[in-house]
Amino acid sequence: MESGNDRGYLTERGWRSWAFTLDHKRIGAMYLWTTIFFFLVGGVFALLLRLELLSPQAHYFSNHTYNVFFTLHGSMMIFLFIIPAIPSGLGNFFIPLHIGARDVAFPRLNLASYWVFAAGFLVIIGSLVAPMDTGWTFYTPYSAKSAAAVTTLSLGIFLIGMSSILTGLNFLVTIHKMRAPGMTWHRLPLFIWGMYATSIIQVVATPVVGVTFLLLAAERLLGVGFFDPSKGGDPVLFQHFFWFYSHPVVYVMILPAMGIVSEVIPVFSRKPIFGYDAIAYSSLAIAFIGFLVWGHHMFTSGMSPLANAIFSFLTFFVAVPTAVKVFNWIATLYKGSITFESPMLYALTFIFLFIVGGLTGPFLGALATNVQLHDTYFVVAHFHYTMMGGTVMGFFAGLHYWFPKMTGKMLNEKVARAAWALVFVGFNVTFFTMFIAGTRGMPRRYAEYLPKFHTENVISTIGSAVLAAGILVMCWNFVQGLRKGAPAPANPWRALSLEWKAASPPDTENFHEIPVVTEWPYGYGTPKA
Amino acid sequence: MSGHTGEHADPAVAFESAKLGVWTFLATEVLLFGALFTAYTVFRMQYPEMFRVEHAKLDRVLGAVNTVVLITSSLMVVLGVDAIKRGKARLFEACFGATILLAAVFLCVKYVEYSGKFHHGIYPRTNIFFSIYFMLTGLHGVHVLLGMGLLSYVIVLSRRGRLSADYFTPAEMSGLYWHFVDLVWIYLFPLLYLVG
Repeated sequence: MESGNDRGYLTERGWRSWAFTLDHKRIGAMYLWTTIFFFLVGGVFALLLRLELLSPQAHYFSNHTYNVFFTLHGSMMIFLFIIPAIPSGLGNFFIPLHIGARDVAFPRLNLASYWVFAAGFLVIIGSLVAPMDTGWTFYTPYSAKSAAAVTTLSLGIFLIGMSSILTGLNFLVTIHKMRAPGMTWHRLPLFIWGMYATSIIQVVATPVVGVTFLLLAAERLLGVGFFDPSKGGDPVLFQHFFWFYSHPVVYVMILPAMGIVSEVIPVFSRKPIFGYDAIAYSSLAIAFIGFLVWGHHMFTSGMSPLANAIFSFLTFFVAVPTAVKVFNWIATLYKGSITFESPMLYALTFIFLFIVGGLTGPFLGALATNVQLHDTYFVVAHFHYTMMGGTVMGFFAGLHYWFPKMTGKMLNEKVARAAWALVFVGFNVTFFTMFIAGTRGMPRRYAEYLPKFHTENVISTIGSAVLAAGILVMCWNFVQGLRKGAPAPANPWRALSLEWKAASPPDTENFHEIPVVTEWPYGYGTPKA
Repeated sequence: MSGHTGEHADPAVAFESAKLGVWTFLATEVLLFGALFTAYTVFRMQYPEMFRVEHAKLDRVLGAVNTVVLITSSLMVVLGVDAIKRGKARLFEACFGATILLAAVFLCVKYVEYSGKFHHGIYPRTNIFFSIYFMLTGLHGVHVLLGMGLLSYVIVLSRRGRLSADYFTPAEMSGLYWHFVDLVWIYLFPLLYLVG
């Protein structure tokens, strides 16, 4: 047990101690602040979209403004929040603590990756002079011709991608080379397995989208014609390149969240995790299969029927390792001494919502239903159930679970649970109605819709207000916790992984002495079978 | 602040980490060029005739000269890394200096080629073949330029006495990167200049 620190790694003050820090914990904290900021901004755009959809006619904004809003909502949430939030934020903070290291393998590279990220979001903010209206997918030929600042935005996303590659590379090397003595691969916390698989995807997929955005910029600046049919190019090639990254990257979003859930469930069930090996290897399986299914975004784009059938078939395979995880979490809960603290509430919410999001995936993976449901609100509901119901709930679980460790303060548990209730109800009211609207044929990405969808949209907008209220209460609770939370003990949840052996908040060097690991971190109640 | 000086306690772990890091980085580079090579494959299958006709406008002699220049530069890197492993810092600097010089020759030849094309009114927008030609060689050229900067930095490190037979990680790692840049060209030359 570490002790006697007075605010640990947070002791040093002043902006220089943050801007030039090599401490993975401070860099992680900077990522968290930045990504949560963009989460809130992206959320405001979502609320504006919902506001517009209160009435069937375009009421408050022009069609163009609506297009800009959904583009900004999507781009910010994807590139500036959901991709970096868990890996670069919580991952940076907890990977070295989990594996018993003093820092990541390349601390300077780590800091560089944050500032490349910062340069990226500054360029993206700069592109707002002529805001994008292409949707977050930037499909050519429209994106090659649109008057919006596509080139600037491409550069910004290229920088964000570079930062993502540097972080992934750093984590891979860290997990390989920096583990404490005795920390064998099968004693690693499952969060680390999730982060390892995530890092592989970041490193392998991101360069392809980087070059895709370079080509898009070259298309606009130099007149290169790869994606332009009038020059012999092929717009579908852009979609292939784009989804070769953007499909695997949904696993960059979900795998770390699954890792968090795998940490939280055993702690609050007081039971060893069930099926450790299965959960660990299913992360790698998801990362691998995830690279082979990008074509399922393009069933209606004019691929050959054979390619469509193959991609459809492969898509179903992803469901297998995913289901393996869900079954193991549920088996862990079985006969556990479950308590419902806020991290556990969010982790259980993850499982519940992710099952809904996951099981609606095969509807879209199957060719016949896909053609029916393509570009309807069913798709919007599906990916919000997986991304927000999955990743964001996992992120919230992680924030509540590790808040005492990161800040040295306890949260007000009552307020946290009230916020959770609002989030849970608001989320389901908002997005479940979209499944219904989608199956009834409501297309996505239009400011106007047929009057027959009016009821669903009103319900959905009401739900979005409840959801927003829940998130506001949660943020208020975080601020109150930071300002006047009770001091946190080193291990408030009686958890066994290494980060809880460090002080709250951890000292700059994490551990006075590098711990020697003798067992796995899930020995709750009974020894490892 | 013992944990955050950016240095590892164990030099052997530090060397292994750097090596794994650089190889991983090179994997990302393969993917970066991989997308362009994919585009090359797609369009060559689609327009075999265009590739056959248009590639004749490239200067095979200059391309071959550049190939020899880059291979020689890689040889210099190998000799340089070998020199520093034996503690011969001056020889190391000479070898890496020669690499930078050869890289500059490569870029000059590339400049002659590019300006010749522009002179004849051939631009990236001319057709798909030249789109690919300029994107691939341009991206490769940027890598050569970055490599020159990297190698210069390592020479500066050596001038300051930071490299020795015991610590040569920056020399070896920048060398790996340079071999990769060389290797990309070895693929580019036949794919673009020798379509046949």
